[in-house]
Amino acid sequence: MELRYGHPKSLVSVQSKYCPGCGHGVIHRLVAEVVDELGVQEKSILLNPVGCAIWADLYFDMDTVQVPHGRTPAAATGIKRMRPDHLVICYQGDGDLAAIGTAETVHAANRGEKFTTIFVNNAIYGMTGGQMAPTTLVGQKATTAPYGRDPGAAGMGYPIRVCEMLATLEGTKYLARGSVDNAVNVRKTKQYIKRAFEAQLRGEGFGLVEILSPCPTNWQMSPTAAVDWLASDMIPYYRLGEIKNELSTREEAAL
Amino acid sequence: MVEEKRLMKGNEAIGEAAIRAGCDAYFGYPITPQNELTAYMAKNMLDSGRIFIQAESEVAAMSMVFGASSAGGRAMTSSSSPGVSLKQEGISYACGADIPCVLVNVQRAGPGLGGIAPAQGDYFQATRGGGHGDYYHIVLAPKSVQEAADLTYEAFGLADKWRMPVMVLADGLIGQMMEGVALPPPLKPVERPDRPWAAGSGKSGARNRISSCILDPEALEASIHSRYERYAAIAKEHTSFEEVEVEDAELVFVAYGTSARVCLGAVQAAREAGLKLGLFRPITLWPFPSERLASLAVAGKRFLAVEMSMGQMVQDLRLAVNGAAGGAAPVDFFGRCGGVVPSEEEVLAVAKKLLRRDS
Repeated sequence: MELRYGHPKSLVSVQSKYCPGCGHGVIHRLVAEVVDELGVQEKSILLNPVGCAIWADLYFDMDTVQVPHGRTPAAATGIKRMRPDHLVICYQGDGDLAAIGTAETVHAANRGEKFTTIFVNNAIYGMTGGQMAPTTLVGQKATTAPYGRDPGAAGMGYPIRVCEMLATLEGTKYLARGSVDNAVNVRKTKQYIKRAFEAQLRGEGFGLVEILSPCPTNWQMSPTAAVDWLASDMIPYYRLGEIKNELSTREEAAL
Repeated sequence: MVEEKRLMKGNEAIGEAAIRAGCDAYFGYPITPQNELTAYMAKNMLDSGRIFIQAESEVAAMSMVFGASSAGGRAMTSSSSPGVSLKQEGISYACGADIPCVLVNVQRAGPGLGGIAPAQGDYFQATRGGGHGDYYHIVLAPKSVQEAADLTYEAFGLADKWRMPVMVLADGLIGQMMEGVALPPPLKPVERPDRPWAAGSGKSGARNRISSCILDPEALEASIHSRYERYAAIAKEHTSFEEVEVEDAELVFVAYGTSARVCLGAVQAAREAGLKLGLFRPITLWPFPSERLASLAVAGKRFLAVEMSMGQMVQDLRLAVNGAAGGAAPVDFFGRCGGVVPSEEEVLAVAKKLLRRDS
């Protein structure tokens, strides 16, 4: 009998600290599966950011580097430039990438740095307990937006569409947005990650895969209600698909 | 073989010394008065196939250093005072994760944007661990273009040896002036220590995890304690200073960098006039040469600290000599700030006045 589904080699076999219904576990698994499929576990370096995914260094069975909040793309730049033969994975949340680290993100992308960013967008600050993120939807409640995000009178700004914003930059070659709310989207997301990693290993420019991910704890929902809300409220605002694909392989069938 | 002397700007000599010390990666951001250093690295690092990036900010430049060094490279950044304030985030992380790197601060006057003229107002920031948390790192203070080159070269080795950032604390005068300099020979690759702990090295026999994050208070305390044991070893092994005519001096200037140059001129002028002045010049500002200063205090010396600030190093001097000789040794202070460099004449006049007052 052929084993079709097992524990990925690139993930340590331990119970995670992530909350029930959190998307990080699924996303970790997808990243690890792709690393395994590409056979690059021993040539991979993952940057675990400040935020919930700071735990990533407990779970990924590969070398890891933990960096200051938001500076993940700057440090990944230094790592990838030093070790161009390695797969460098820059794992970031929405606060890290689109608030405190906006400058680092934009400029690493614009330089066409040849690492891959896995951008987990759960529309909230998770680790610090549910504050408004740059990707929080209009009207969505947070501890720092108790009446809901209000771009009008309260001046809280609008949710940032990171892929679309980065798409204008010449240095970006692959920008895709997936989701882990259902099995179909999980499989598509894995394909996006694979395309981005393969492109990195070929030495093509900056790639980023944004992944819409539920945070039941800080959304104050049950895990099932959270995936439903992701589908009903997040996906209409954050369009899924390949937002930009200028890879040498783009003639392949679109997903 | 020592090369022939060449005429170089301090900023450029620092850059060339870094390249000869095997700097693999340089990350900088424009700021006066250190721009020649970044420009020198842009040309010469790229010409020699190494890594140079003009970063989007000082903050990013420091995290690029953190990344490059974590991945095994000898990495460096440079800036001037306001820019070094921004780098403190990454410096604290590098100290917390035991990441070697070289930092150059070509100081200008503050606070705030201040001015672009030379100053020594960043002493506290450099020697107290300028970012958050319990830490120190080595701080080297050059007095000349030659020493700026030598100390930069040495800084890379010290950083690797002690696994910590090493800062070269110069100022706008050292950076901008031209002097003859004999450069150290390029370091041979075999002379470079291995970094089995680096991400991607594949040499440690385990996963290499670079991190400053330890959430268990007792474990974090233990790691800080162990770092402080290393600090004590550094203080023992690597405290460095220069003494000029201290032995018979009735008054000893204590000064570093540019202000020490000024004091040296004052010592020479005083000696010609038959006045017994000396100079004690800390070369390592951290670790500070407290022990030697205490023994000079026991020997009955009195001190005049001279700084291009309102008095920062003088606090370390007072800490060093208070209690020595069974009481407080006499310590006076003279400083100019805001970018004003004191003259030999005014420093000498202060020394004479003190000696007259006490005789």
